[in-house]
Amino acid sequence: MPNNVAASMRKGSTVQKVVLPGAKSTKAASKKKDEDEDPGDGWDEWAQGKALIKPPDQLELSEAELKEEITRILTANNPHAPQNIVRYSFKERSYKPTSAVDQMAVHFVLEGSLLHEDSDEARRLRAKEGLPEETAAVDTGVEPDEEEPETSDTPVEDGGEVEEAGEEDRPDSVASKTDRKEPKVTNQFNFSERASQTLNNPLRERSCQTDPPPRGTFTATATQWDIYDAYVEELQKQETNKEKQKAVASKKDNDKGKKKTLLMETQTDDITKVGKASKIFERMVNQNTFDDIAQDFKYFEDASDEFRDQEGTLLPLWKFQYDKAKRLSVTALCWNKKYQDLFAVGMGSYDFSKQGRGMLVYYSLKNSAYPEFIYPTPSGVLCLDIHEQHSYLVAVGFYDGCVAVYNNKEDGSEPMYKSTAKTGKHTDPVWQVRWQSDDMDNNHNFCSVSSDGRVVSWTLVKNELVFTDIIRLSLNGAVSEGPDQQPGIACGTSFDFHKQIDYLFLVGTEEGKIHKCSKTYSSQFLETYNAHSMAVDAVKWNHFHPKVFISCSSDWTVKIWDHTINTPMFTFDLNAAVGDVAWAPYSSTVFAAVTTDATVHIFDLSINKYEAICQQPVVAKKKTKLTHIEFNPIYPIIIVGDDRGYVSSLKLSPNLRKKPKVKKGQDQPKDSEMEEAKMEKLLSLLREPEQSTV
Amino acid sequence: MAGTGEAKKEEADYKRLHSFPLIRHTDMPEEMRVETMELCVTACEKFATNNESAAKMIKESMDKKFGSSWHVVIGEGFGFEVTHEVKNLLYMFFGGSLAVCVWKCS
Repeated sequence: MPNNVAASMRKGSTVQKVVLPGAKSTKAASKKKDEDEDPGDGWDEWAQGKALIKPPDQLELSEAELKEEITRILTANNPHAPQNIVRYSFKERSYKPTSAVDQMAVHFVLEGSLLHEDSDEARRLRAKEGLPEETAAVDTGVEPDEEEPETSDTPVEDGGEVEEAGEEDRPDSVASKTDRKEPKVTNQFNFSERASQTLNNPLRERSCQTDPPPRGTFTATATQWDIYDAYVEELQKQETNKEKQKAVASKKDNDKGKKKTLLMETQTDDITKVGKASKIFERMVNQNTFDDIAQDFKYFEDASDEFRDQEGTLLPLWKFQYDKAKRLSVTALCWNKKYQDLFAVGMGSYDFSKQGRGMLVYYSLKNSAYPEFIYPTPSGVLCLDIHEQHSYLVAVGFYDGCVAVYNNKEDGSEPMYKSTAKTGKHTDPVWQVRWQSDDMDNNHNFCSVSSDGRVVSWTLVKNELVFTDIIRLSLNGAVSEGPDQQPGIACGTSFDFHKQIDYLFLVGTEEGKIHKCSKTYSSQFLETYNAHSMAVDAVKWNHFHPKVFISCSSDWTVKIWDHTINTPMFTFDLNAAVGDVAWAPYSSTVFAAVTTDATVHIFDLSINKYEAICQQPVVAKKKTKLTHIEFNPIYPIIIVGDDRGYVSSLKLSPNLRKKPKVKKGQDQPKDSEMEEAKMEKLLSLLREPEQSTV
Repeated sequence: MAGTGEAKKEEADYKRLHSFPLIRHTDMPEEMRVETMELCVTACEKFATNNESAAKMIKESMDKKFGSSWHVVIGEGFGFEVTHEVKNLLYMFFGGSLAVCVWKCS
């Protein structure tokens, strides 16, 4: 540090040497004192340059030797550096001589010991050494002492000293120096300044002017009479308006009737215009939706039947239901003979306490979502029959005793014919109707049976229904002698006409008896069978065998009869009231029955004479009762109606419609003959032992 | 007596019959007209005796709803000529004796 100060002094000396000549002498005097105390050091000798000091082992050389020139050339090469360094190059995978050799040799390193006077480190050092600032000043004062001798001959040095001394002598300046807080300079030696200027965006001017909103002027005077006049005028106007409206309204009333009818007509017209297209569309949509069912209907055959030797199953297909007939139960089913996908469903109720409206609906297998025809009826439908040739005609029997004929060809939901009290309608529910072949005048006619004990033939003549009583049923075998005498009426519940013998028919009664009657003898039964212990629900002739008929009853039994024998040939107990029974159209020995425990029973007598070959519950809910069953005349499906208004269609598995094998080489007999023979064979088996016992 | 009674009755009838708002002149669109009319009715009913307050209420509400610079005049008799922005004028009678003129001009 002292050296440092000395250097700075020397620098500034040239400027200051003349400034303070007065102060110089005083300073010099004080320095002299100091120098006397100093014993003297190397500096003194060097300054004087008088005595030469030689090292002891220095060669003594003559003058000539000294003058001799010895040339030495300095190069940048390091003589000690190795010339043949070889390094492994990973790039070329071989050892390579390296050309670059470090030529620098360091011979001497000396760390500097100088510090800036004002730097932090210097201050710290000072504080550590315990030297006050003044001592530093003293130090600086000390050094020039060594140079004292020089001061005399070099005025330059003198000036510096003087300046220094002057500074030192002012005690206040020293004090101010210590007191002053210097601004902190972070790095005095490495300082750089930077500046830059961004571009100024050029300015642009834009302007526009909108049109002021349009204005108008308004002038008026508000006075009481003006206001009054305005109100009066307004009221008058209102009154006239009212009158006008009234007039218009009254006019409208007059027109209303006309308009309504017009509206109705136009509406129906509108629907009929698109009716056909929409019907096709509906069927398409339904066919798509129920595609899997349609596929099943056509192609599915239960493969597992092969492994069950006799039994068969029923495959549920479409389910038919109409929202408006939900509360009604299915009371009658009948296939259309001409269009085999179409069937009629009679809706009503068997419950005596819940009688009310009924409905006749037609469904098609091609559209299970909505009926084809809908005929709402005021009374519950109990039975119906579709005419075999004229399939648009359907005869319907009602709970209130009426019979009616509906025509699908006609628009509207009213029947074409309807019996009235005047035209001999039944006084009790009509349980069965059946079309007959046309009479001699080619008039259509049908028969009906009712609880009032009458069997009536109805003939459709022009626009009225003409009735003829065929027979009156009574409890005792010998039938009513006169109309006034009423010896207990037998209530007919079902009947069926013989397929071949035109006049022969059977009537089932509520008492469980079955009467064989003839149209020609209105006063006598040909035969009476004590068939059941409860009402006979259905009685039906076999399709093939002319002697055989079947009956079923609520007494849980189904019986098969030969009409020439008044004991049943077969009796089957089904463990529930039997609602309906039907012969299969394809086999003389197959029939199906439905019971109130929601089960369908299918029998094939040629396979099993004692048990059903299929017993299958067909509804989900246990409480539901099945009411009716009908075979499709062509397809191997049956429809089953229940008391909730649902009609289910079921496909018969192959086992349920087996045909007897035809022996090869034999003349193939006609189907009907074969079927008849099959039945006959069964019957003869039963008859013979009977006859033998008798 | 009967005459005065009748007159009184007529008076009452007149008051009753002429209480509805009757728009005399307007070029406002339907929605705005209905709204303004209802506002005028409410204001006049609220300040039945103070036309100034009613006018103030109408003006402030209109300023809020349809933008500033609305002017309202309410009175039983006055003549006026105003410049207004098109589709922003309503001149109506109310309560049998009041005339209300509402217009916008900035």
